[in-house]
Amino acid sequence: MTPVVSIEDLHTDIALRRGVAHPVSGVSFTVNKGETLGVVGESGCGKTMTVLSIMRLLPPGGHISRGHIRFSDTDLAALEEDGMRAVRGTRVGMIFQDPMTSLNPCMTIGDQVAETVLLHRKVTRAQARQRAEEVLELVGLPRARERLDSYPHLLSGGMRQRVVIAMALACEPELLIADEPTTALDVTIQKQILRLIDELRARLGMAVILVTHDLGVVAGHTDRVAVMYAGKIVETSSTRELFANPRHPYTEALFRALPENVERDRALYAIPGLPPDLSNPPPGCRFAPRCGYATPECRAEEPKLTGDRHPFACFHPLGKAGQTAANPPAQPPRAQQGAPLLEVRNLVREFPVNSNGVLRRRIGTVSAVSDVSFGVRAGETFGLVGESGCGKSTVGRLLVADDAPTSGSITFAGTQITGQPQRALRELRRDFQLMFQDPYASLDPRMRVRSILREPLAIQRRGSAAEQERAVATLLDEVGLPRAALEKYPHEFSGGQRQRIGLARALALRPKLIVADEPVSALDVSVQAQILNLMRALQREYDLTYVFISHDLSVVRYIATTIGVMYLGKLVEIGPAEQVHATPVHPYTRGLIDSIPLADPEREQRKGQAGVRGELPSAFNPPSGCRFRTRCRLATEICAEEAPAMRRFSEQGQQAACHHPLRAAL
Amino acid sequence: MSTEAHSERVSRNMDGPDADAERNRAANAEAHKRSRLVRTLSTFLENRLAVVGVGIVGFFLLFCYVGPSVYHTDQIHIELSETTLAPSLAHPLGTNEVGYDQLGRLMVGGQSSLEVGIAAALLATAFGTLWGAVAGYAGGVIDAAMMRIVDALLAMPALFLLLFLSSIARPNSGLLILVISLISWLGPARLVRGQALTLRTRDYVRSVRLMGGGPMRAVLRHIAPNSIGTVVVNAPFQVADAILTVAALSFLGLGVPPPAANWGDMLSNGINYVYDGYWWLIYPPGLAIVLVVVAFNLIGDALRDSFDVRLRRR
Repeated sequence: MTPVVSIEDLHTDIALRRGVAHPVSGVSFTVNKGETLGVVGESGCGKTMTVLSIMRLLPPGGHISRGHIRFSDTDLAALEEDGMRAVRGTRVGMIFQDPMTSLNPCMTIGDQVAETVLLHRKVTRAQARQRAEEVLELVGLPRARERLDSYPHLLSGGMRQRVVIAMALACEPELLIADEPTTALDVTIQKQILRLIDELRARLGMAVILVTHDLGVVAGHTDRVAVMYAGKIVETSSTRELFANPRHPYTEALFRALPENVERDRALYAIPGLPPDLSNPPPGCRFAPRCGYATPECRAEEPKLTGDRHPFACFHPLGKAGQTAANPPAQPPRAQQGAPLLEVRNLVREFPVNSNGVLRRRIGTVSAVSDVSFGVRAGETFGLVGESGCGKSTVGRLLVADDAPTSGSITFAGTQITGQPQRALRELRRDFQLMFQDPYASLDPRMRVRSILREPLAIQRRGSAAEQERAVATLLDEVGLPRAALEKYPHEFSGGQRQRIGLARALALRPKLIVADEPVSALDVSVQAQILNLMRALQREYDLTYVFISHDLSVVRYIATTIGVMYLGKLVEIGPAEQVHATPVHPYTRGLIDSIPLADPEREQRKGQAGVRGELPSAFNPPSGCRFRTRCRLATEICAEEAPAMRRFSEQGQQAACHHPLRAAL
Repeated sequence: MSTEAHSERVSRNMDGPDADAERNRAANAEAHKRSRLVRTLSTFLENRLAVVGVGIVGFFLLFCYVGPSVYHTDQIHIELSETTLAPSLAHPLGTNEVGYDQLGRLMVGGQSSLEVGIAAALLATAFGTLWGAVAGYAGGVIDAAMMRIVDALLAMPALFLLLFLSSIARPNSGLLILVISLISWLGPARLVRGQALTLRTRDYVRSVRLMGGGPMRAVLRHIAPNSIGTVVVNAPFQVADAILTVAALSFLGLGVPPPAANWGDMLSNGINYVYDGYWWLIYPPGLAIVLVVVAFNLIGDALRDSFDVRLRRR
């Protein structure tokens, strides 16, 4: 095996206004031809800075202070900028996270792919265009020739990411760096893109560095893994070996935080605290402050990365037994009896689409939510899952009366909230609250936490100033934030802490129902675990009812009592969480479950081709009959002609709308 | 029951060390807050030109308000025996056409120029911010109507409007402030409306509605404070513009009547003697206007830079 790139003791510094951060301090690894190396860790661990160092595309103030990056016979760390330009884009290709921002909206995709070729090869425009067409076909862009003259906005997210990959591959690089290439995409598309990268690697014999925070992605698509923490590699080995037998406590902690590995009656393991400040890392082992096994030795001296086949940097490695202690038990949410607290009947929401002309004629409607019905009993958690664009967030907005449905009704605690005037709603709103996805955008940056938490109380005129003050203090205790947080501004907190503030604000009015719209999808796994544990604990304490909206079926399986699966505005399957997850009836649910990358190389590689093919069609002109038929392997003529009705599949209430269910109906 | 309580506690405890770390941070909270102010201030002061701008404004404030109590002159009674004297020891900047000491007059005139300029800028900015915030948040028909009013006023030549208004009424400082802010609130209104359009879709503004709050709260508590960055950057330019407008009005003979004075008046009167070589009637007020206007512009630029830096968060 010849290494394509070999990094030796790489140190990268970034000069800040005050002091210097060391996002990469002493990283060494090699990647061989035809091999994929996965780099994993929480955000802020230096993964991205490591690969940006290889590309020498560090942010302002950043430079490589020590070490070598040996790429064939050159040392990239010492190369002149001119020389570097001959390497980037030709011999090393890079794929960034967000396909929306890595394409120029003013250039056709053909020109953008051809640009790379024109820059690096002595070719004519026609030849470059020819090459662009070849690579676009290579990355599986349908009808590549016709699409050469399309602009990026005409393509879907998955298609755009294919174009970005095509740009990276246009000059047949020896090394491909993919920095979170699928984080912005849906699971079904993620699976397609990762498979594409695998195939291309095998076909072109490239070396690939895959940077990701997702252990599932690493399990299925890499040969070797390097786990990074606070600018250092703490453990590295072959993927199978690492997943079967993690030695470093940090690696183990990452595994334990995954909801997919945890029984519903156990709490998730949350890594306490936050990654250290990289301008002033702690002495000794950098993980020691958050480690359950740490001893004074760990805090005094830094462990070296030692070992031959499976090196790790720890004084107290885990034994062959793997996980040492089981997660503490926690009561799972139980299915409740009695009348539903929230009842949704035939909910429809359509958005009119107007022409661009002066008259703005109405030319059609986007059917975002179409005939959705379900009920949620008090104390339950209803999980709503589906790909982005399936209408789950629209349902969430309708539930909290942020938007009015086109038709259908929502009844909450016996009162119909649809069709109520705003003034009447103001009173009702105290009983149902929304928890937002983005903890950065949902808190006013110019308000202190004290004012943020007091605002709902002030609006609803609840209690005197002193009582409100006490209520705010209690809220902070409940979500596990110190009192000192009161005087701080949102930007002084980490993402997880901000989400705690968001939860506290939603709780302030002591609502009966909280609609949480993707509350953990912007967070790292370890922090996600903290928030999920907290949400469960609060649910038991205050008998809360949750509607939990998420794209992540493994999170929903863990937290919900009932799961509803949405596809393109329709509810396709609904039922008890365990049942829907273990024995789905609808082919879409099955495909969604198969698309989730599992943090287990054996199972992940056995799944192979399974998943959902194609992309979500537009809701502007949804397919006739069953909306899923265009992507369904089982579809027949009847699926196009007749919309399937909901049928019962189990005594416990599993229902699905499908002509060709995976199991016979009752 | 006991197992449940136990599980509860355990799940909380898993978050325990996190809370500990935060408590440590809280100890630094005070230092943190101070450092934030210091950081904004220090980036501002790193800009040399800004320091020059602040220096000039500071100098003129001292000159106009403290100056008269050090350098006593009679700015009420005319002294026809001492008209248009060249600079001398008794009169460092000479005297004007009715015998007022030019240096003393520069001080008194500066007071009214600065007062009118700053007051008009404040009034215009406050009103414009509110107008823009309401229009942007309300959207739809209300937004369209409110912004068409702004467009209509912008389309009217400002000087014409000023001349018209000041020919109806005998101007005094209060009226000048009102008239100038009447034409200069349009800029901030447009700026803030643009901001409000993006702010209204933010989750924290949406959440006000979901808590049962009304539009007043959204505008006053969330939209207006969050567009303050734009507004603060714009304000010094507004002051500079207002001072220039006062000067222009007075130059056209429509300023505050004597014996009150301002720099524009002084310049306008001095122009009559441009062929007599009485340079001390022209250069000092002219220079004062230019310096103050440039200084406020420098401060505005620097504020914009330091706000940008603060938003970069490090």
